Amino acid sequence: MSFVPVLLATDALLWLLVAAVSAYAWYCSRHEHLAAPWGRVFRSPAAIGSAVVLAAYLLVGLADSLHFRPALERKDPKMPIAYSVDVQSLLDLAMSHLRGRAEKTYSAPLATRSFAKEQIERPDGKFERDFPRLRYGGAHLEDESARAGDIAAKALSGLAAAVVLWALIALALRPLRRRFPDVPWYAALVALATILALAGPVFCIATSYHVLGTDKVGHDIVYLALKSVRTSIVIGTITTLVLLPLGVALGIMAGYFKGWVDDAIQYLYTTLNSIPSVLLIAAAVLMLQVFLDKNADWFTTAAQRADMRLLCLCAILGLTSWTGLARLLRGESLKLSELEYIQAAHAFGVSNVRILLRHILPNVAHIVIITLVLDFSGFVLTEAVLSYIGVGVDPSTTSFGTMINAARFEMARDPMVWWSLAAAFVFMLVLVLAANLLADAVRDGFDPRVRIGEAGVAAPLKA
Amino acid sequence: MSAYIIRRILYTIPILIGVNLLTFLLFFIVNTPDDMARMQLGSKRVTPEAIEKWKTEYGYDRPLLWNGKAEGLEKATGTIFFEKSVKLFTFSFGAAEADKRDIANEIKTRMWPSLALAIPVFLVGLAVNITFALFLAFFRATYLDFSGVVLCVAMMSVSTLFYIIGGQYLVSKLWHLVPISGYDAGLDAAKFLALPVVIGVISSFGSSGRLYRTLFVEEMGKDYVRTARAKGLAETTVLFGHVLKNAMIPILTGVVVVIPTLFLGSLIAESFFGIPGLGSYTIDAIQAQDFAVVRAMVFIGSVLYIIGLLLTDISYTFVDPRIRLQ
Repeated sequence: MSFVPVLLATDALLWLLVAAVSAYAWYCSRHEHLAAPWGRVFRSPAAIGSAVVLAAYLLVGLADSLHFRPALERKDPKMPIAYSVDVQSLLDLAMSHLRGRAEKTYSAPLATRSFAKEQIERPDGKFERDFPRLRYGGAHLEDESARAGDIAAKALSGLAAAVVLWALIALALRPLRRRFPDVPWYAALVALATILALAGPVFCIATSYHVLGTDKVGHDIVYLALKSVRTSIVIGTITTLVLLPLGVALGIMAGYFKGWVDDAIQYLYTTLNSIPSVLLIAAAVLMLQVFLDKNADWFTTAAQRADMRLLCLCAILGLTSWTGLARLLRGESLKLSELEYIQAAHAFGVSNVRILLRHILPNVAHIVIITLVLDFSGFVLTEAVLSYIGVGVDPSTTSFGTMINAARFEMARDPMVWWSLAAAFVFMLVLVLAANLLADAVRDGFDPRVRIGEAGVAAPLKA
Repeated sequence: MSAYIIRRILYTIPILIGVNLLTFLLFFIVNTPDDMARMQLGSKRVTPEAIEKWKTEYGYDRPLLWNGKAEGLEKATGTIFFEKSVKLFTFSFGAAEADKRDIANEIKTRMWPSLALAIPVFLVGLAVNITFALFLAFFRATYLDFSGVVLCVAMMSVSTLFYIIGGQYLVSKLWHLVPISGYDAGLDAAKFLALPVVIGVISSFGSSGRLYRTLFVEEMGKDYVRTARAKGLAETTVLFGHVLKNAMIPILTGVVVVIPTLFLGSLIAESFFGIPGLGSYTIDAIQAQDFAVVRAMVFIGSVLYIIGLLLTDISYTFVDPRIRLQ
């Protein structure tokens, strides 16, 4: 099958970030003093467990960030190759059995029959109102009563595959375990086992059922939830690309130069801060909508247009949320600039730029890292709220927010359609919880002040 | 003190001007009024007459910054900038674009349901979170403390939307305790407000509870606490008499600043529960792309926030006599 690769803007930035983080990790591993705090972080079982969970999410997100347009089938081999306007990703390819098989409308998890009654024609020619069989969910079953056994058999085979895969990964980790004996590897293996024990059966059952049911237009919920992961990851990470330069540069400049520079920067962030952030984001996104509407001819496919909106949403979120980081860094560099080593650097005639980059920046890096990790989960939750209000991602982009928004009207149905809401919430909860736990460990590992505070906690409590 | 307050009030003027310029930039420079008209009128092939008509109707037919055709003072005042941005300073917001109702009037009537929801959430939430945090701090470094922190982290990882939808399903649909949504004037409002208040408290519980616990525990590691214990004070006296008072300073920073913004109400909760407050007004305006209302709310929101900052600074002097306002 021939195809043409499509590089969406967010794909490029996401891969750029992956490269940057890898470079940082490599650099850290070469420098003992940079590696030490990370060593402390990963001595916590919660941190390493959530790192494994986040890695699984990241894997899904990155697989969904390699896009291409497949070639359309040609009737005549002499015709030039035409490419589909439907932009697909590697994840779509792996999930093609879920992607193509849409039912008519809602169906419950693992159901073989539709959720709504319909007129069906019986073999004898009469019409009757009943729940019709699904087009794909359990369609291979002759007798529907065999469903439970069939699902159990598929789940077992999935579990078996998961056990094999887990054992292989555990074996592959052995050199790492020998190299870093301090790290509680059992936590990583437990987290991995949990993920695989869930993913294996789901993958096997999904070959012929809708494990979490289908939504209003019949799309498989597992597929939608997995597609939403990328949106969350993009919002959580690319936003920092805007936030980081603004927050760091303005923050340390305000603290270091003082005087009118400080006044100007403080004025800037007080002004930005004083506008309620949801309103500012909403206003900016409304304007963005008008702007994208005006320039609709910039984009060749709908996916590129939706992607541009996602990117702009990240930029808007970044532009409205750098103030917190800037304020923290201003305070810290204000303190640092009074210290002797900075004054010594002054006395030696080191230039301001050099002092900022070599003496201030490395000493506030821990604050930057803690803030970035902490902000991630906040952005993921914000996306859901914004999409609910209608100023989030493009309606055609799958995200947890759009899933919740589409599903919340179904609360009123009886029996209730709970599965797409539940799937979105559980996927989001696991992602945010893992990010929060990792952020906690990062804060404990990097912030010396907190560690001192906790030493006080550990002191015997005998009043 | 009064000199300080006057200076602080004067300092807010440039910030308000900044907010005003920023909203003007956002609403009128990124897109021209023509683009907005085209968006509001719907299709791409709108006649220029229709655009002109829309612009005249909503007052966007003037020049942006400088009206050269007008006479005298009108040169500066007969512009979009003056009509739509400068006039915000006098709190004359004009009429909404969607239904042509007077925005200032709407705000006056919708303020009360918002406050009826926001004030109980604020007060109950504060009481619950501080009590819980003190409880954890008292039992610090035990399994009770540990499981409390775990509970907080888990609760702050859940989306607010989930608390609202889950609460509505459980309490209203399954148990039929309170109506799903709606509002009524007077005391009847209580049955509509009960669930939103509880959910509001629950959704702030995780992050605030944990933050306050950290503040208390940090305060407990200080020297004066050790002295207090050394002179034989009971742990409860240390906790309530010394730690609570000192930890109030950082808590106040976060709390006082939000008091004025309570007027704005809660965007999400109000629209889910059908409470006719300012939050749902804003959401409706955003969804209807009513730029006039959004502009007005942005301006009011920043005014309230700036008042909150001012109140924070003043409240410091009451809780901490060491701080002198210069």
